[in-house]
Amino acid sequence: MLRSEAGLTFWRFLLPVTFFGALLAVFLLGLGKDPTLVPSPLVGKAAPEFSLPRLDDPSQNLSRKDLLGKTSLVNVWGTWCAGCRQEHETLLALASDSGLPIFGINWKDDPELAREWLTTLGNPYAAVGVDQDGRTAINWGVYGAPETFLIGPDGTVLYKHIAPMTLEVWKKEFLPRIATAGTGS
Amino acid sequence: MTDFRCGLIVGLVIALGPASGSAMDTDARLADPVQQEIYIRLTHEVRCLVCQNQTIADSNAPLAADLRREIRQMLEEGRSETEVTTFLLDRYGDFVLYKPRFKASTAALWLAPGLLLLIGGLGLGRIIWRRRGLPVAVDDDEGPPEAAPGEPP
Repeated sequence: MLRSEAGLTFWRFLLPVTFFGALLAVFLLGLGKDPTLVPSPLVGKAAPEFSLPRLDDPSQNLSRKDLLGKTSLVNVWGTWCAGCRQEHETLLALASDSGLPIFGINWKDDPELAREWLTTLGNPYAAVGVDQDGRTAINWGVYGAPETFLIGPDGTVLYKHIAPMTLEVWKKEFLPRIATAGTGS
Repeated sequence: MTDFRCGLIVGLVIALGPASGSAMDTDARLADPVQQEIYIRLTHEVRCLVCQNQTIADSNAPLAADLRREIRQMLEEGRSETEVTTFLLDRYGDFVLYKPRFKASTAALWLAPGLLLLIGGLGLGRIIWRRRGLPVAVDDDEGPPEAAPGEPP
């Protein structure tokens, strides 16, 4: 009788403490996360269809077909976006060193300002499509520039990075995935 | 009296706050009143991902305006409420809805409150059940009643 009562007291102590500990762990883990980064349900799925007039020549289009056959990056940017200015040097470095084409989606921007931006700062893009009304961006689940997608040779979205691209992110998140997917060329 | 006034002011702020906030959507009503109702319901259920604690009906962010336009167009094309929701979920994920759909990854979110209430209720019930036979505690040594705090003796 005595022993079982001691056991009961023990459980009465242990259960709430365990419960509290578990809650604490969940909240502590949550603290380190950034709630503004929403995981994209597009990762692992086919990149959405799109067709946009090109920034350098509006009579031509940039479309999903242009992404196929080679692992590529799709970068959503605008001249109004401070993070895009911040990552521009990194994109230039990646354009010359990574061997992968970077396609730009110029999001809700003035094409004239966009062309000026590329002339002044240098152009890392293989081609840029102009998404002035933002419909393509919605189709791609974009909600805050800059966003950078990694697209496999078969047109699958392999990864999405939200926030300015840095070399650390490139090494940590992109390179391993590119190694798995191959460059496709 | 002052308490009453304070309460009145707080009440007014609560009542008028959201009303002034939802005036962001100044677009014309949809021709079909049923579609207009769906449109209102959807825009009040979809989270603006730029300003995450606002619905796209409340937000004046450019993305919210774009999403409202997209929803409006889809409804005008005759798409159903479910189709519009699926469109948004496929692109932005569960987080885009204030009421996420019930599935494996959201089960804890939906079930936890009920489950905790059940556990608490059972625990409380058990304590009450075990004490049902006990005599009501009576304070034997009745001293002089203590003065209420803050009042002169």
